Amino acid sequence: MSEVLTAGEARERILRILLPAVVFVLIVIAWDLVVRINDIPPYILPSPGLVVATLFDDWPILSTSLFATLETTFEGLALAIVGGVGLAVLFNQSRLIEHSLYPYAVILQVTPVVAIAPLLLIYLPQQAAVLACAWIVAFFPVLANTTLGLNSVDHNLADLFRMYGASRWRVLWELKLPAALPNMLAGLKIAGGLSLIGAVVAEIAAGSAGAGSGLAYRIAESGYRLNIPRMFAALLLLSIVGIVIFLLLSMFSHLMLRRWHESATVRER
Amino acid sequence: MAPPASGSPIVSLRGVAKTFGTGTVALDGLDLDVREGEFLSLLGPSGCGKSSALRIVAGLSEPSRGIVEWRGGRDLGSNARDNLGFVFQEPTLMPWATVFGNVFLPLKLAGVDKAAAAPRVTEALAYVGLADFAKAYPRELSGGMKMRVSIARALVTQPRVLLMDEPFAALDEITRFKLNDDLLALWRRLDMTVVFVTHSVFESVFLSQRVVVMTARPGRIHTELAIETAERDGRFRTSAMYAAYCRLTSEALGQAIDAHAEAAA
Ligand SMILES: Nc1ncnc2c1ncn2[C@@H]1O[C@H](COP(=O)(O)OP(=O)(O)O)[C@@H](O)[C@H]1O
Ligand SMILES: [Mg+2]
Repeated sequence: MSEVLTAGEARERILRILLPAVVFVLIVIAWDLVVRINDIPPYILPSPGLVVATLFDDWPILSTSLFATLETTFEGLALAIVGGVGLAVLFNQSRLIEHSLYPYAVILQVTPVVAIAPLLLIYLPQQAAVLACAWIVAFFPVLANTTLGLNSVDHNLADLFRMYGASRWRVLWELKLPAALPNMLAGLKIAGGLSLIGAVVAEIAAGSAGAGSGLAYRIAESGYRLNIPRMFAALLLLSIVGIVIFLLLSMFSHLMLRRWHESATVRER
Repeated sequence: MAPPASGSPIVSLRGVAKTFGTGTVALDGLDLDVREGEFLSLLGPSGCGKSSALRIVAGLSEPSRGIVEWRGGRDLGSNARDNLGFVFQEPTLMPWATVFGNVFLPLKLAGVDKAAAAPRVTEALAYVGLADFAKAYPRELSGGMKMRVSIARALVTQPRVLLMDEPFAALDEITRFKLNDDLLALWRRLDMTVVFVTHSVFESVFLSQRVVVMTARPGRIHTELAIETAERDGRFRTSAMYAAYCRLTSEALGQAIDAHAEAAA
């Protein structure tokens, strides 16, 4: 569908990008001024310029950490998709399995991962424990949303499939899964951010054990060493990772649905 | 046009009752013969069990009591029950599939591959005047066009019996009139039996050779009327004969509801 923007909509769109940018610049300037005027030492609060400089100077260390965290996050997310969709399909096909396992999925979800992480670190190798944390927090939204989608199939369409003699497998493949796709993607968007959080929580928990290498571990370590500029630089990177993951997943979702789903329609008023 | 009584029954309902788990008695003692080749309307007030009856005919729902008997299966070589078309009140399309994909569905589920199905899908789309829209997605279509796709999907298997559950109730009058005309043309051309559920007296009289009037819930047959006319076109719609048939049918429907109210009192 082609989008035709009116002058008003174009202005609206520019404002939506411009305003946050202006706020960002103002905050950075204020931050810089506070540091300069009060002559605050970098180990208490580094200036924005110093944070960026540290980002470049420490890039070898920080980039290694960045890739470690990215790897955990994406592996956790991938496993969350497989686990979440897989369990949702299993639950949808068998009441017995659903009733047996669903409560435990909920328990995993409602128990704070910060509390689970130290335990996992005792019983699993560190990398596996971090991954497990990312998975635990990320799989539930995929499971819950996919389940909702699978159960909200149009009854008449389901009847039609039955009338034409569709097997259970075809109903799942050609009716339920496509119908669940929008919900599945909504779950995925949430899971992306959560997977990063899970990875960070586990890295911080592992921090004291000292064997980690991810960005959150780097933050904890820099804290002990009072290397505050590096803490900020790592934090900045983490935020950027979170934003990029969200944007990528939103774009993916839009691409998957734009041909047919109402949510992708640009509506003129 | 064949007089209504000529065809032999293709499906018969005998003493059919339907009680839902909620305790609602939707149908009680429904007897109905659908004759081969006829255009039959099932007319009744909302909630009288028309949809329930149609779903039972389609095998989508089991009667609580009574039997559904399909005839002519052996004589004709193929069982009519295995070749039904069903059109719901809503278009009931798969939003993720194109118009082509939606109409292809019944053939796909029957194991026909895409190449072999393509001419049949195209033909079905041509029946409903949507040959140029094969690649469109449902959300790009108007309500009337979606309903046409739904009809094409039902026709693509060349059904012996087409079951329609208030298919045009949600459409505006101009679109409905056009679809009524087109449906009649298709019925004549494709030599099928149509069972058409409606709560509209005017629609039932315009379309059908036989109008079966149902009582309020629990639904059973109150009476039936034969609508005999040489032509069903714009002129028929504005003729005195049409008006007279509509009045007769309205009266019958009124009686069906009153008689039922008395029986219940
Ligand atoms: N699946 C169902 N479960 C429970 N009650 C139902 C169900 N389907 C229909 N009913 C009830 O049965 C009655 C007849 O419904 P229906 O056959 O849809 O009537 P109609 O199509 O004539 O409007 C209504 O009271 C309706 O609420
Ligand atoms: Mg109904």
